[in-house]
Formats: sequence, structure tokens, C-alpha cells
Amino acid sequence: MDFVQNIPFFSIILSMFSGIVSSVLSGKNAKRLNTFVVFFVGVMSFVLFLYLMQKGESYIYRMGHFPAPWGNEIRAGVLEAFMAFFFCVIMLCSLIGGRKHLIKEIEENKVNLYYILVNLLLSSLLALIYTNDLFTAYVFVEINTISACGLIMIRQTGRTIEAATRYMIMSLLGSGLLLIGICLLYDLTGHLLMSYIQMEIAIIVEQGMYTVPIILAIAFISIGLAIKSALYPFHSWLPDAYGYSTVSSSAILSSLVSKGYIFLLIKIFYRIIGFAIIRDSKIIHILFAFGICGMIMGSLGAIKENDIRRMIAFSSVAQIGYIYIGIGLGTKLAMTAGIFHIFSHAASKALLFISAVGITDASNESKKFADLTGAGYRNMIAGVGFTIGSLSMVGVPLFSGFISKFMFAQSSLQVPGKMLPALIVLGISTILNTIYFMKTVIRIYTPAKESTYEKIRFFTNLSYSVSIICFGIVNVTLGLWSQPIVEMIQTGLDMLA
Amino acid sequence: MGPHLWTNYGEVVAMILFGIGFSNLLLKKNLIKKIIGLNIMDTAVYLFLAEKGYITGRMAPIVVNGIQDVETYINPVPSGLVLTGIVVSVSVTALMLSLTIRLYRRYHTLDLDEISTLLKKEDK
Repeated sequence: MDFVQNIPFFSIILSMFSGIVSSVLSGKNAKRLNTFVVFFVGVMSFVLFLYLMQKGESYIYRMGHFPAPWGNEIRAGVLEAFMAFFFCVIMLCSLIGGRKHLIKEIEENKVNLYYILVNLLLSSLLALIYTNDLFTAYVFVEINTISACGLIMIRQTGRTIEAATRYMIMSLLGSGLLLIGICLLYDLTGHLLMSYIQMEIAIIVEQGMYTVPIILAIAFISIGLAIKSALYPFHSWLPDAYGYSTVSSSAILSSLVSKGYIFLLIKIFYRIIGFAIIRDSKIIHILFAFGICGMIMGSLGAIKENDIRRMIAFSSVAQIGYIYIGIGLGTKLAMTAGIFHIFSHAASKALLFISAVGITDASNESKKFADLTGAGYRNMIAGVGFTIGSLSMVGVPLFSGFISKFMFAQSSLQVPGKMLPALIVLGISTILNTIYFMKTVIRIYTPAKESTYEKIRFFTNLSYSVSIICFGIVNVTLGLWSQPIVEMIQTGLDMLA
Repeated sequence: MGPHLWTNYGEVVAMILFGIGFSNLLLKKNLIKKIIGLNIMDTAVYLFLAEKGYITGRMAPIVVNGIQDVETYINPVPSGLVLTGIVVSVSVTALMLSLTIRLYRRYHTLDLDEISTLLKKEDK
């Protein structure tokens, strides 16, 4: 076994322990430790990614001393390693970008608590990405939920506490469904390791036994994870949770937490049930229908909103709809598009949240549209960042959003029954996106008649500017060099199956 | 269908309890009742697991008299899962209760809808 293969286990343990150590550190040191850990895990994941690209196949890492059917396992492939790397990049940039607000909005003796939560969130995300054991996945889903709830309510206002309560209630409904689904699968197959469950499921399906329980288990798991990742009819908790928490939390929650659940769902579809069985069941049609509704309703909700943060939050509902369409179309190209959209949405949505906060800072902390007039001139870098994010979300070529939309359109052509609804809704949703994002961009670049607010210069908040630039680079990179990434996702999907 | 329902009455009860807990958590307005619903839901899952792990006429998987035959003991994995699940649900319940206390101190009510209307008034 190569030494590099220890990386998944080591990064999970490192981020978890740094969370524990942070509890006795001062806020400043906790911040330093957290930055180091996220950076280090990112670098390690990239090394693992290069190693796996060279090796060309995934590997299984045994945890503890028990052999396969009983023990616990970690599994790493190209896609998993890249996702861990990408999540670290986004998390680091979001934290750097929101640092100044964090100091303002959180009591000083609670800053280290924030970094505990971030570290735990990172470790649970990594575990969700790497684990090969279904029940471990459930436990880390719960850790993820708890730390995300903490990230929402660390800023103590009535709004955030209410938002955190609503988030917890919806998430607990989701995890209850996930748990019962996992228990059903365990009863049907007698295994908890993904590869063994898949073998047993294949035998059961071939014999034609237990068709109803299998469908039920798939339905429970899909709906549970859909609730947690805010697919359209279950999105009621999302605007409050993203709209009122501190900015780093919003960026991390929207771009990473919900994506972790979606990736787990994709893994369950590929590694546990087997994608052929999923395609034959009617579940993906339901996910497809929900995704289509989400694309329209999320955008309509965003148009109605008069608060820039809540508008961006509603736009997340629409973008999650895109990803579920990718899953629902049920072809490999569509799934690739969905996973690419996970990356592109993570990069642009975090950028939008971070730059929106710069814009509101330049407008006397007001989030109402009327006050934002001319904010793009008062805070240049935030204006540029917001424009890049908006263009990417709308799907202008050169930015990452274009590639995923193009791939969605392309892949829908392969599925005759779903082609028309997918293409029509893609068109409508693009128009709606343009309406609310371009409305905002035009608003912030309309010169204000008398400017009472002070300007914010590039160097007054250097870390903020740096993070916006990083996000911009990530966005353009995904947009311009998409081909190698798409190929990587496809090899990664082959490794998953 | 009928005879299966009777032989697996434990699982049936577990599923009914799950439904009761789920709808309580979803539909009740009172936060404490929601938390009770959450606990019913989780406990139903543990009942389901325990029912599935038990094999009639066998002992708990603790080696006492030196009998190491597999046929003597029940399946220990579901019991392990139940333990893990209990830990998770206890911590989640504690978190929910602490959120409830915070909301109650601020708004002097446990009704989530009422809290929302109060929040909207606060904004104006």
C-alpha cells in the first residue's frame, strides 16, 4: 500500500481533532489553526487526486482490524479526491472573504466556537465524500446538520435562531427518512458496506423479490436527502437560513453543505442500488419533476424578493433544481452535467454571497435594492465580483455556468421523453435568471445622484479583495478549461460504478 | 399480505409509530410537541431495528458459558446501530431543546408561527 493512500483517513481525523483542539484555543489561534487545516487538507487532497489520476483506479482503505463484510471502509476515487480539494478551496476563500464580518457579528469569546463548527463541518463533508459504509454516512450526515445549524445561529439575532430552528426541523425530517431507508436496505441485504449491498441488491432484483421494499427504501433515501439539500417543495427553510446568517456561513452552507448531501445521493445511486435499477424505477422521474418545478419557482421567488441576500438564497433553490434535473435525466452525460454544476454553482454562489456583502457594506448595511444604487462604484471589487457571479449564473460563455447549462441541454437531447420539458424550462429559467441578476447588476452600476455613503477601497480590506479575486479565477477556470474537468468527472463516475 | 402483517406485527407497529412521529414533527406548531414527535420517530426506527435483529429463541450475543456457536446468539449489528442512533438522537434533541429555550426567552411563546409573525413585526 502506498503512503498516499492514508490521505482520506488522515484528512478526516485531522479536521476533526483540530475542531476539538480549537475549543481550548483563543479565537485568533483557532482561526490560524483552521486556515492551516483547510489549506493542508486541500493540498493533500490534490496530491491524492494526482496520484489517483496516474493510477487510474479507485482503492479501498480498511478501517480498524476487521476484514470486509464486517469492518468499516473508506473508498477514494478521482471524483472524491477532486471534490475534497474543491470543497477546501471554496471553504478557504469563503472564510477569508467573510472574516471582517465575522469579527463584527460574533461576540469575541465565541469566535473559537465558530472555528470548531467549521472544522467539524469539513470533517463531516470529507467523511460523506469518502465513506464506503452506509451507517457511517448517516452519522456524519447528522454531524453535518448539527454543525451547519451552529453556523447559522452563531450570529445571535431572533431571525437566525428562528431560521436555525426551521432548518433543524426540516433536516431532522430528512434524516429520519434517510435512517429508515438505510434500515430497510440493511434488512433486505444484511450488509452496511456499499459494495456488498450492491451485490445483494442485484441478486434480489434478479429473483424479483421484495420489489416494493426496495422501491420504498430508494424513495425514503432520495426524499430524505432531497429535503436536506433543499429541493423545491422542501426549500422553505432555505431563504431565512442563508439570508440572515453571517456571510461566511451563508457561502459555506449554500455551496458546500447541500452539495455534500447531493453527492451522497449520487453515491448511493451508483454504488448501492446500481444505476440501471435506479433508471428502471420511477424515482428519477419524480426527482426530474421536482427539479423542473424548482428551477421555475426558485427563480420566481428570487424575482419577488426585495432583499439582496434573500434573492441570492432563492436563486440557490433554482440551481439545486438544475442539479436534480441532471440526476433525473438518467444518462451518464446528464449526471456529468449535474456534477459539473455542483462545482460551478459552488464557485459562483459563494462568490455572489461574499460580493453581496461588500455591496451592502458600501450602502450603509442596507440590503434593500433601493439603497444599492451606485454601489458598484463605491466598492469596485465587490461590484466586479457580483457581476462575474451573475454572468456565470445566467450562463454567459467564458464563465462556468455556461458549460453546465450547455451540457444539460446537450444531454437532454439523448432522452426523448424528457427533452422538451427540460429544454423549455432551461430556456425559461435562463430568462428569469437574467431578469433578477441583471436587474441587480444594472442597479449597482446606475450612478447615484448624491452619494452619502463612503467609498470602500481595494486595500482597506485586502483579504476580502483577495478572496473575490480567487473566486473569480475559479469561475473563469471552470468556464475556460472545462474539458479536462468534464473528462475527469466521467472517469470518476466510471470508478464509482 | 394479511398473515405477513400478523407475523411481523412489531415492524408494523414501528412503521405506524414512525408515521405518527413524522407527522408530529412536521405539523405541530408547538416546539415541544415537535421535539416529542422527533423522539417518537427515532424510537420507532430503533424498535424496527431491534425487531429485525432478534431471532426467536436465541440469546444476547455475550459469551458467558463458553458457547461460541453462531446459532446460539442473535445478530449483534442492529443493537450496535441502535446504540449509535440513540447517541445521535440524544444530541439532536439537546440541540433542539436549547434552541427552543432561546426562542422562548426572546419571544415568550413556543408557537413557531407566532414567532414568525413577531419577527415580521420586528422588521417593520
